[in-house]
Amino acid sequence: MHGRPRKAPKPEDEAASSAKAQKLRALQTQFFTFHHNKIYTKEAVELSAKLLEINPESYTAWNYRKLAVEHYLNLPDCNPDSIKSVLDDELRVVENALRQNFKSYGAWHHRKWVLSKGHSSIDNELRLLDKFQKADSRNFHAWNYRRYVAESMKRSEQDELKYAEDMIYTNFSNYSAWHNRSVLLSALFEKKAGGFLLKEKVLPEEYEFIHQAIFTDPDDQSGWFYHLWLLDQTVTTDSPLLASSWPGHGSDVLLVGDRCYNGSAFSPFSALHSDSGSFPIVLYFNQPVGGVNSSTVTVECGFNKNEDLFWKPLSASNSQTARVWVAHLKVPSSDLHSTVEVSVGHSKGIISTRGFVYSHPSMFSFKVHVQPMERDSSQVSVAENISLREENFKVYGTQSEESIIDSFDQLIIKNGHETTASNWRFEALAKEIECFRELLSLVDCKIGKLTLARLLKAYDAMSYPFANKLVHSEEVLELYSDLMKLDPTHYQFYKDEHSIVLLQKYKDSASSAICDPICLRLNNLSLSRMGAFEKLLWVQMLDLSHNELQSIEGLEAMQLLSCLSLRNNKLRSLTTLEPLRKLKSLRILDISYNQIGDQSIDTTRYVCSSPLSHSVGSELNRDETVTSDVALINNWEAFFIFKDFNLNQLDIVGNTIADEKFKSVLVKIMPKLKQLDGKLLD
Amino acid sequence: MAELAVDKHFKYILSVEKNKDSFESVVMDHLRMNGAYWGLTALDLLGKLDSVNVDEVISWILKCQHESGGFSGNIGHDPHILYTLSAVQVLALFNKLDVLDIDKVATYITGLQNEDGSFSGDMWGEVDTRFSYIAICCLSILCCLDKINVEKAVSYILSCKNLDGGFGCTPGGESHAGQIFCCVGALALTGSLHYVDKDLLGWWLCERQVKSGGLNGRPEKLPDVCYSWWVLSSLIMIDRVHWIDKEKLVKFILDCQDVENGGISDRPDDAVDVYHTYFGVAGLSLLNYPGLKAIDPAYALPVDVVNRIFFSG
Repeated sequence: MHGRPRKAPKPEDEAASSAKAQKLRALQTQFFTFHHNKIYTKEAVELSAKLLEINPESYTAWNYRKLAVEHYLNLPDCNPDSIKSVLDDELRVVENALRQNFKSYGAWHHRKWVLSKGHSSIDNELRLLDKFQKADSRNFHAWNYRRYVAESMKRSEQDELKYAEDMIYTNFSNYSAWHNRSVLLSALFEKKAGGFLLKEKVLPEEYEFIHQAIFTDPDDQSGWFYHLWLLDQTVTTDSPLLASSWPGHGSDVLLVGDRCYNGSAFSPFSALHSDSGSFPIVLYFNQPVGGVNSSTVTVECGFNKNEDLFWKPLSASNSQTARVWVAHLKVPSSDLHSTVEVSVGHSKGIISTRGFVYSHPSMFSFKVHVQPMERDSSQVSVAENISLREENFKVYGTQSEESIIDSFDQLIIKNGHETTASNWRFEALAKEIECFRELLSLVDCKIGKLTLARLLKAYDAMSYPFANKLVHSEEVLELYSDLMKLDPTHYQFYKDEHSIVLLQKYKDSASSAICDPICLRLNNLSLSRMGAFEKLLWVQMLDLSHNELQSIEGLEAMQLLSCLSLRNNKLRSLTTLEPLRKLKSLRILDISYNQIGDQSIDTTRYVCSSPLSHSVGSELNRDETVTSDVALINNWEAFFIFKDFNLNQLDIVGNTIADEKFKSVLVKIMPKLKQLDGKLLD
Repeated sequence: MAELAVDKHFKYILSVEKNKDSFESVVMDHLRMNGAYWGLTALDLLGKLDSVNVDEVISWILKCQHESGGFSGNIGHDPHILYTLSAVQVLALFNKLDVLDIDKVATYITGLQNEDGSFSGDMWGEVDTRFSYIAICCLSILCCLDKINVEKAVSYILSCKNLDGGFGCTPGGESHAGQIFCCVGALALTGSLHYVDKDLLGWWLCERQVKSGGLNGRPEKLPDVCYSWWVLSSLIMIDRVHWIDKEKLVKFILDCQDVENGGISDRPDDAVDVYHTYFGVAGLSLLNYPGLKAIDPAYALPVDVVNRIFFSG
């Protein structure tokens, strides 16, 4: 089926093919007779060998041979010699079949099965493997089989590492060998076996080794992914860390008990407009973790019992692990000024998905001020189109001093650990940066630029928050811009990376006492992707209009969002809005002028919670919410996305999907909606 | 740019079905059930499924079912999980899942799950993540996924995750686009995509696109049209398909057509077969090629077929 040249069929070819076909069919028919009648004579078994030699993919013949072997092994007169002869026969048949097609799953499995019968010729297996791997060093069947044999023989990881090394020295372009090496090394790192105890000793040698591959031929991919793994091993601390939180340490939170958007509501504090009598505490970890609950995270405040707090992971569907966790603190309606202390990880239980325990207990505290307002329900109506008014917003700017938020640094938890131990990490990174700068000075290559960008980002990430600045951002942005030109096939990949770095750059330091930091404008920045969420947890009103976003992955972290504009972006389906389902405070949403409904292929179909991915409960009662003229089959995306929303206002005009029929479906799904596309609903 | 020769491919697929006497056909005899799935799904994507005699196909399919509940690749062969999925998929295409004794099929599949959560292909015990995907996909179509231990199935698949973000056949096995499709698909169907490092895997997958615009299955290998499915559907499921150049891939697939005789081959100017014809058409569907039905990247069936299973009253 692969790699055969296209030829015009000639009559003599067809005749020959037909003759061959007839012979094979006769063989097959005869074989079936033996198989279905359980005939295992020598002649019958020979026939199956002939069949497999012509067609090693005929899986039923392999099954038959296993039955034949079992038949012989169960004969009363069998002895060690006859057993050996039977099994040797099988191994011979497998070898013949593999010669025909050394990618035959059936043949390889049959060999494993035969060996499991106890006829050990393990040394022979290594010799056979050597032959095959020399013929095709990328044959993954052979490599899988090798791993199986090595384990059965209890060959040491060091011996296998040597084998992989030899294969690589024969030819650097051997991804399979590099892969095998990574498997062996991680097993050893985990075992903490002697000599491999310290990554700081092993990794520099591995870097030297991989450089030979990458620098010999920068366009050969074989070494790229191995190098990325080495980088990950250098940079990632095993133990998870708390990266940021909201409220931030030392901040003041003012809770205003009513919705009010005029200026008088603002104050030097970060005012949170809460209509639910509670506010969230958000924990943002540097990797997904599980085990966050009221035992492992304690919240001490005068007005709420810690045991009553329920921590939820902000992740898709059924998962009990997430990078972001949230709990809601109920606030009394009376006047209140109180300090809240949050202790994370003082008792063990928080574990990363890689299995590492959260081992650096941290603590942050903030003050809560409650300012209840006179509730006059007639004022609590959205009489006019609430726009994202100019004066309410802080604008993203890198030059301007005043466009910065206050208390931003307070969000970032200072993890005061590993200051000395991480020296080897910094050294390794610095050395790599030097090597790749040198490579780039000799050869303008894609992997050089991409790796350098990754190295510089990693270096900055490790330095911050101690260094308090992202030193290399400009250079990284330039590298990604270069890559967009150098490798246009993967333009969007580099664009996404560029967007994230742009957002990471956004901050901070210069504090500003201006106004109330709750709103952020990130429009017209050519953003193709959102990121840097750990820095944006404070945002209540977000303007992302006029960008190039086709996804809002990660936005679920922004738990305070009440008002979001995604106007004029590149959202292509309703399912991309899945992260918004976790934003319980979201009341105003603008997704106008996107591309929803333009295309039939939905790239977030499986990221959204629906019956298709078995991620909604079967207690779903459709009849209640969806009337007979809203066929679920045509509108399931709208149903599953919007049914849990609590919006007052939605803008959807300018999307192919947004015809009158669809808008009426939306109104049925969201009965509490007050305004749609500027029109008041009754 | 070339266009998709819809009519030629339609005629080619029908001719493959009828031509049982060539050597190629006899050698593939044992996987005719897969062939039926490839050919018929391609026909449905091309909008030509109604040209097939449904009753004939269904009657043949049922003849391939064994006592155990599993289906064989063709009449006379032994049952295997591979052909069980294809049989169920074809019946779903025709909206004839009701001809099945669903419990019987489910019993066959649940019987193949091992202690560690993995699945064997048949009673002889070969384990491969392909079979995990097949079990999950098949039972999902039959709306009885809860009959297997989903948690263990997922944890076995995750044990096959590699350091490059991809997946292999068994733990430690090298990442390969086909296996990645199976594992990502299985994780998608079980609401477990959050276990995938989408950026890491996305980069590995997008680097499958080579200069010609085609996709290969692993680093430093030749491009092949079938990877337009395995790699592409994986990218779509993790929402990273914008990281490749879709236009260049469309052009590559169209270049692999035999516009004279119909059919699509693995590479331009190679011999065509129904396998690559299906994957080429399915790939084009995922790339929003005009005139084709949309295909679901996880179930590998047309979207309207999948929606019919899950959302009709």
